[in-house]
Amino acid sequence: MLKTFPKGGVHPEENKFTSSKAIKRMSAPKVVYVPIAQHIGIPSEIVVDRKDKVEIGQVVAKSGGFVSSNIHSPVAGTVTKLDMMVDTSGYKKQCIVIRTDQKNEANFEEPNFPLKKEITMNQKDILQHIKDSGIVGLGGATFPSHVKLDLKNDNHVDCLIINGVECEPYLTADHRLMLEKADEIIVGIQILMHALHIHEAVIGIENNKKDAVAVLKKAAKDDSRIKVAALKVKYPQGSEKQLIKAILKREVPKGGLPMDVGVIVHNVGTIFAIYQAVQYDQPLIERVVTVTGKKIENASNFWVKIGTPIKDLVEEVGGLPEGTRKIVNGGPMMGKAIKNTDVPVTKGTSGILVIDEEEASRQEAKNCIRCGQCVFVCPMGLEPHLLMNLSEKGLYERAASEDVMTCIECGSCSYVCPSHRPLLDYIRFGKSIVKKLNTAKN
Amino acid sequence: MADPIIISASPHVHSARTSKKMMYDVLYALIPAFLVSIYVFGISALILTSVAVISCILFEYLIQKYLLKTEITITDGSALITGILLAFNLPSGLPIWMIIVGSLIAIGVAKLSFGGLGYNIFNPALVGRVFLLVSFPIQMTSWPTGIENNTTIVDVVTGATPLGIIKEGLMYGETMTELSTKIPSTMELLLGITGGSIGEMSALALLLGGIFLIVRKVITWHIPVTMLVTMAVMTGIFWLVNPEQYADPLFHLLAGGAILGAFFMATDLVTSPMTKKGMVIFAIGIGIITVVIRLFGAYPEGVSFAILIMNAFVPLINTYFKPRRFGNNIKSKIV
Repeated sequence: MLKTFPKGGVHPEENKFTSSKAIKRMSAPKVVYVPIAQHIGIPSEIVVDRKDKVEIGQVVAKSGGFVSSNIHSPVAGTVTKLDMMVDTSGYKKQCIVIRTDQKNEANFEEPNFPLKKEITMNQKDILQHIKDSGIVGLGGATFPSHVKLDLKNDNHVDCLIINGVECEPYLTADHRLMLEKADEIIVGIQILMHALHIHEAVIGIENNKKDAVAVLKKAAKDDSRIKVAALKVKYPQGSEKQLIKAILKREVPKGGLPMDVGVIVHNVGTIFAIYQAVQYDQPLIERVVTVTGKKIENASNFWVKIGTPIKDLVEEVGGLPEGTRKIVNGGPMMGKAIKNTDVPVTKGTSGILVIDEEEASRQEAKNCIRCGQCVFVCPMGLEPHLLMNLSEKGLYERAASEDVMTCIECGSCSYVCPSHRPLLDYIRFGKSIVKKLNTAKN
Repeated sequence: MADPIIISASPHVHSARTSKKMMYDVLYALIPAFLVSIYVFGISALILTSVAVISCILFEYLIQKYLLKTEITITDGSALITGILLAFNLPSGLPIWMIIVGSLIAIGVAKLSFGGLGYNIFNPALVGRVFLLVSFPIQMTSWPTGIENNTTIVDVVTGATPLGIIKEGLMYGETMTELSTKIPSTMELLLGITGGSIGEMSALALLLGGIFLIVRKVITWHIPVTMLVTMAVMTGIFWLVNPEQYADPLFHLLAGGAILGAFFMATDLVTSPMTKKGMVIFAIGIGIITVVIRLFGAYPEGVSFAILIMNAFVPLINTYFKPRRFGNNIKSKIV
């Protein structure tokens, strides 16, 4: 029996069309748009000005506080504008516009980083490098990585979990990275284990990626501290709390963090970024993005420089097909619909999903038939139908006492509802009000 | 620019499951039992079911169109199922006007006056049946029996149901050994060669449909299994204490409406609890009340009453038997 989390979950159509497509390198775009709020927390502070010349990897915006992150220039070129621009969140955010220097060869060279196994840096330097390199959670949450690694009392963390689950349908970025950079990922894990004095690491991978399980097992065979766990395919297994439960059977307390049960979780993409930062002093300026959709013929995975307009990526796979009605930044379960393809790729962009007429519109919501499906599939043990009702009626205090704030917004309830009720929409709304009420109280 | 790009919140995909599909699965699950009823009662079962279905749909349409002036929901399949289930709980040969009255009560009173699909507290078909039972007790307990009647709808021979035979017999001091010759055998109960409501004939056909519903994930095993086990345990205890005064558990499960009730009536999505814990409590309640009515009540059969009584407790059950919240009562390792 493969491991998985016990309560709830769904299994949407996987549609992982690009699993066998090797990651291609996108050439540097003519202009990059680098938003200063690419992570959860405080936006970064711009440290360049118009007409400044910048080098690849130069800091263009520095961390604005503890829960924040540096942002580096993905290209060598000239800052042309500091502008307000709609980003993937749908809001206007400040953005650094850099024109790529077409003559500078560094912009078009493939970075050459041969495998470097030896870890020479001491612990303090490792953590400082991770912080300076602007590394955030690349699974999609974009939580600044150094915050997770800042252990005030580190002796209780005994296990590092590496998230290679990629439970979102369609996306294959992590899958390809695991296949192509397995050795680097293992070194990345060893770096973190070294820095945090952790003696056990488990890489969790869903069993629809058997090749990745095999490749990583082989790569880790010389290090008995690192194990690979094949997991039963079930969404949302990539959620930290569900993944820890699946692998270690430990349950993160309500309102708590993985650290509360002695665990730190990092995405495989983040681990690879850490490897590059520590071994080659390479800041986070590019990432793997899956560009896919049912009607996209040349769907594939790409190494993309942060700030590349999504337009360029879409061009690369043959443009938007006829009848495109929705473009999603991320996967179909938790990704955000974007208005147009002018928005840039940010650190959190794991995929671009193009949806056509057939699936783009929601069906009309009908009466709740009290079938209980939403209750059965909720991985957090909540009652989505009740939370929707309470939010709809404005009974926010009751919604709070029914644990609305513990919702991880995985969308399983809305996905499964036979009456097509917008459960998660109302739950999100309820959460936002409860959050405001809580802030007002304090 | 062609059609505009749609912006909506996640998730952007949906499972293929719809309420309508679930309703049609229930419909398919009822086919075996329906075929048995036609085999046993002939054309009268067909007439009874057709009248109930047509009048349920028609009443829903008329009330929504002219009285409530709301959206017409007759195509969602729920009125159709209420009609079939109501018919399944009636004796064949019931006067047509009574079927129509029952349908009106089921749709008009039990369903639409509460707000329509999803808002009703009591199972509409059972409300219809119980209304008829208490209003027209004679017609509602005249059970045409046996296959020999399947060619005629006029000269029906009526007799008591197996549960009725036992209830009456025991009341007049007969023992189970004496009664055992008067009641149908286990095999007859399984196949449906007995008297009773048209849908509760064959336990086997009903089980087939019930298993189909569980496989299709329209219902879970919790309610039917718990309810039948509760009934078996309770009747089993009485039977072990005094087998001359109480029928055996197998008889209680196969006779009457236990199987129909367990798989099709108690599991009605709208009127049953929404958590698995709640479902178990709900089904235990139905099992106990059914047995109490059967053994000690005035009526030989108690499934309908038991389900309706427990329907009333569903909101309470939903409030007190919640799913376990993830991370509740877990202590942090950080001191």
